[in-house]
Amino acid sequence: MFHGKLHGVHPRHMKNTAGNKPIRMPVPPVITVPMSMNIGAPAKPVVKPGDEVKVGQLIAEAGGFMSAPIYSGVSGKVKKLDDYLGSNGRFDTVIVIESDGLQTEYEGIQKPVITDQKSFVDAVRACGVIGLGGAGFPTSVKLNVDPDRVHNIIINGAECEPYITSDTRTMIDNASRIIEGAQLLQKYYTADRIIIGIEDNKPECITIMKEAGRGVPNFEVAELPALYPQGGEKVLIYNTTGEIVPEGKLPIDVGCIVINCTTLAVIAKYIETGMPLVEKVITVDGSAVANPQNIIVPVGTPIQDVLDFVGLKCEPRKVLYGGPMMGISVPSLDSPILKNTNAILAFDEKDAADPTPTACIRCGRCVNHCPFHLMPAAIEQAYNERNGAALKKLKVNLCMECGCCSYGCPARRPLVQVNKLAKAVLNKYNAELKEAEEKQKAKEQAKKEAGVNG
Amino acid sequence: MANRIVSVNPHVYAPDTTTTIMRDVIIALCPAVIASVLFFGARALLVECVCVAVAVLCEWGFEKLTHRPNTIGDLSAVVTGLLLALNLPVTIPLWQAAFGALVAIVMVKQLFGGIGLNFANPAITARIVMLVAFGANMTHWVPAAFSDATSSATPLAVIAGINGINAGANTAADLPSLLQMFLGARGGSMGETSCLALLIGGIYLLCRKVISWHTPVAFIGTVVVLTAILGQQPLYQMMAGGLFLGAIFMATDYTTSPPTPAGKLIFGVGCGLLTVCIRVWGNYPEGVSFSILLMNILNPYISNWTRTKPFGGVTA
Repeated sequence: MFHGKLHGVHPRHMKNTAGNKPIRMPVPPVITVPMSMNIGAPAKPVVKPGDEVKVGQLIAEAGGFMSAPIYSGVSGKVKKLDDYLGSNGRFDTVIVIESDGLQTEYEGIQKPVITDQKSFVDAVRACGVIGLGGAGFPTSVKLNVDPDRVHNIIINGAECEPYITSDTRTMIDNASRIIEGAQLLQKYYTADRIIIGIEDNKPECITIMKEAGRGVPNFEVAELPALYPQGGEKVLIYNTTGEIVPEGKLPIDVGCIVINCTTLAVIAKYIETGMPLVEKVITVDGSAVANPQNIIVPVGTPIQDVLDFVGLKCEPRKVLYGGPMMGISVPSLDSPILKNTNAILAFDEKDAADPTPTACIRCGRCVNHCPFHLMPAAIEQAYNERNGAALKKLKVNLCMECGCCSYGCPARRPLVQVNKLAKAVLNKYNAELKEAEEKQKAKEQAKKEAGVNG
Repeated sequence: MANRIVSVNPHVYAPDTTTTIMRDVIIALCPAVIASVLFFGARALLVECVCVAVAVLCEWGFEKLTHRPNTIGDLSAVVTGLLLALNLPVTIPLWQAAFGALVAIVMVKQLFGGIGLNFANPAITARIVMLVAFGANMTHWVPAAFSDATSSATPLAVIAGINGINAGANTAADLPSLLQMFLGARGGSMGETSCLALLIGGIYLLCRKVISWHTPVAFIGTVVVLTAILGQQPLYQMMAGGLFLGAIFMATDYTTSPPTPAGKLIFGVGCGLLTVCIRVWGNYPEGVSFSILLMNILNPYISNWTRTKPFGGVTA
């Protein structure tokens, strides 16, 4: 199955902050830490109002296998456990902590003891790290596989989203941590290749990673064309190894593990120092921001504090978690920085305005831009008819919502939104199909039994 | 606190819109418009203005009557009017040109739902309607300026004459040179004669990524190869008639051609095949319009056959 080159789009890079070494923002007076930052089960709070906490202290334990523990990013006092409406529209529990401004480190911090793959995975789990590229998938779950199945370890340094430079800064400022992480992975998994994929619009990162990785066996730097969405997991796997992850399968099924470069650096830091994931480097940029820069903030810092710190040119009309292609717009500036937040973008009136859709002119750009060769215009038509069978054929379930179709649409049709809605229609159709099948089976079974009895 | 906009990703867009695409097509047609005035005089411009004005007026009027949103701002009616005009002989009575524009916009485009929903190219279909309705006026050719040919007949009509349908009417001496053909100094519809002007427009559209190379190359390539095989003069056949105008500007119409590269190739080859068949064996000396219209009808089938294969898709 040969697919040739995968398509994509060329949004303006806007990496205005690539040269800005992250600076530490003053400790916010209050942090708000949500329990559902990862894909999977929310974490369970282990503190109660009035408890004293310190930096690096456990405040919530993993709520299941598919979950991750959470640690405090400030020292201070737990004010309350509260309900909070997340950007995904669901209610979630948050732990609100009042900072004492001292940032006292938790005395219980200690380096993990690692002897084998199992203890390595346990350490990753204890570190509280999730996919920091934005996906928020608990990293320990990804690494909890039979080491013999891993042939390629791919470190994601593509950072294809416009504006964001937090991974760029990790590669520039913390290259040695990424390499340490790569060597750990090499030690506990029998991979033939360790590849870091970097878009060629970041020559400094490429040079630094090549230098840092010198002498590391099987380590290579893949220079990839700056074509969005180069950092999409399946895209990156295909472009670095040629492997295609089939529908319904995981990267490990084709022998690959993909891990974001910052995620890897966080793991390496934890193993060396025992300090779990409590703070993030984030890029703050956008047309409403006065001084775009990279800053270090505790997880849970309210967006308002971040924007106050960098300064605003005007009242922002749209504020995003993440980049402009896949970022999630937040309704309230009280929303906190999450573990997997890598940027806060604030846009002025002009950039925030939603375009008005006009009629589809069948230009085919959505088809020719889709990295996964889907047909968004046809999906839109099938969705309008609520045609589950057609949507199944059109494979809308494969859509990663990267935004290329909407980005390139000259009629400004909301194709990503339609794809999201179409997935729901398809799920309903599949469920109904399954139900009908089971009914049929039960009927036949009953008939058979009746036949035997008769 | 200010009201914040919450919307689904993406939050940035490519600069192209339907309007900029149509504007690019108009820009790409400018060389052909200039050539039409150069070779056929100021009346060419008059016919072009009438067609564009009537097309825009009809679009506005129809949408007003049917209480639909006004779309004249997307410039697609301007493109349709202009393309229709370039497909007409310069001597066409103005009321007939206006009628053509009305057919294109109301009958072919708006009655099927407006932009993006018409099954056939409005300009092409209107031209064919006019060819049937006003046969004599639609094939009344005048000699182009800078042409030394004694006959005003189009080169294809001359070739058809030599080859027997009207045997003896013309001789090979009436044919313009290849250079004249390329520059446009020959009889024909006012926008189709100058291959150079059309080529400049085509290259502009390619550079602006408004069209892809697939349809024009497949269309023109098929005509060249087939006419060579059939013992005709391929270069002559390539530049004669409305092939460049049709292949670059009409067969590439988004709405009436397939979206994928494979579909575009099939569409172009089909257009080329039909054109050659009509030119060589048909009653009409020229077949570009008919071939594009026929392929427009096949477009939904071709589009269906050439659907993309989803990356990583598994067929159950």
